[in-house]
Amino acid sequence: MKVAYYPGCSYETSGKDYEISAKMVCNKLGIDLVEIPDWSCCGSTAAHSTDHLLAVSLAARNLALVEKMGFDTVTASCSACYQRLALAQAELAQDKKLLEQVNEITGYDYKAAVKVNSILEIIAGLDEESIKAKITRSMEIFRIAPYYGCLLVRPSKVKIDDPENPTIMDRMLQTTGAQVVDWSHKTECCGASLSVSNNDIVISLVSRIIKAANAADANCIVTACALCHLNLDYYQSFATQTKGALKEMPIFYFPQILGLAMGFSKKDMGVEYNITDTSELVKKVV
Amino acid sequence: MMQQPIVIDDRKSDLSKEVLLHSGQDSSLCFQCGKCTAGCPVAFAMDLTPNQIMRMVQLGLTDDVLNSQTIRLCAYCSTCSVRCPRNIGVADVMDSLRIMAAERNIPGTDRSRKVNIFNQAFLDTLKMFGRSHEVLAMLLFNLRSCQPFHNAKLGLKMFNNGKIKLKPDRVKAVNEVKEIFQRINRLRKGA
Repeated sequence: MKVAYYPGCSYETSGKDYEISAKMVCNKLGIDLVEIPDWSCCGSTAAHSTDHLLAVSLAARNLALVEKMGFDTVTASCSACYQRLALAQAELAQDKKLLEQVNEITGYDYKAAVKVNSILEIIAGLDEESIKAKITRSMEIFRIAPYYGCLLVRPSKVKIDDPENPTIMDRMLQTTGAQVVDWSHKTECCGASLSVSNNDIVISLVSRIIKAANAADANCIVTACALCHLNLDYYQSFATQTKGALKEMPIFYFPQILGLAMGFSKKDMGVEYNITDTSELVKKVV
Repeated sequence: MMQQPIVIDDRKSDLSKEVLLHSGQDSSLCFQCGKCTAGCPVAFAMDLTPNQIMRMVQLGLTDDVLNSQTIRLCAYCSTCSVRCPRNIGVADVMDSLRIMAAERNIPGTDRSRKVNIFNQAFLDTLKMFGRSHEVLAMLLFNLRSCQPFHNAKLGLKMFNNGKIKLKPDRVKAVNEVKEIFQRINRLRKGA
């Protein structure tokens, strides 16, 4: 299966481990991710907080490039990019006048026929047996708190699963033999981009999430978003410091778990880039 | 803040109409159940709760709303939107209020000012390279908010973990991205 791929601006930095592991796993599963030539930033929170037309236009340039490639589906690993592209697509497909205006702004002749899927949906769309067939290591030692955050499940226009209790990633992780805990903070916000401007708020939110994962007796958290990953991975040290009794939670990206289960090495899965210590848990399976 | 009597001569205030135009969301539907506030993860840090903002939009208290911390502290997690019994996209209302504050050049104060500075820093790097640049956006934020060593520890950790890249990732057709900004600017000035 060939899908156009939008790496997003964090692909070589904060989301490096996501990018590395997602590409490896997709390749193994026969999903050919074809990078959009000369893609540009989706605009993220900054654009949609400043100017609606700017936000849609920045995303639309990339959607137009996908159409030019002759692809009908594009995927993004980063949840923030996914949401921006998917929201723009939903609006452009619905509103002809907006599409005309945006085409004038971008200089492209976008027809608004591209489908936007998160990489989680692309992998989950495969037949479960075909994923199972690739599993060589049992991950049963992993007691995972699956963390979806906001961007994949809200708002309703672009949700990939239930906004309160999504299970798409739970089911995928269970194919590896890992245990998935039932917990309260699956879709609670981590504070997203406030992590630069108001990091004390993010520390409070991350503390609650780490506390909930502790209460559910998880031994790690698995995310599908580069921004969630950074916030949970970095800011939890402040949370565990102040809340004393909290156990540190290693934070993984979901393809890292899939990949380790498929027999990939730690290096292949970019596990060493994590800030929290993942080695204790990983060495039990690798 | 609310000492003046408020005369409502129409079902929708001017502010409510402007929000509707920007976001397609009809704030006048809100009946103050408070669910948005109950589920809002950032409400504890806001000066006005989301349901207060909704009521103030109905009443047309434009200055109070656009100068609040709340509109820029909203992280657009959209928990409010999916739980609203009146089906109002509350997060989209917040988004439109931020945009209206930006249009009126309201820099914000304290927390909201910082959010605004960061957003502008992010967009500045996007304009330069066609892609955003994490380190540069953070540095610009630090300089413009006069806190040079803010988040230095985070930067160092990321650097040590190989998650920082100094060289910008430039789009070849960066002019196309710059054009997007320019065309919208011209459009806004013409309007």
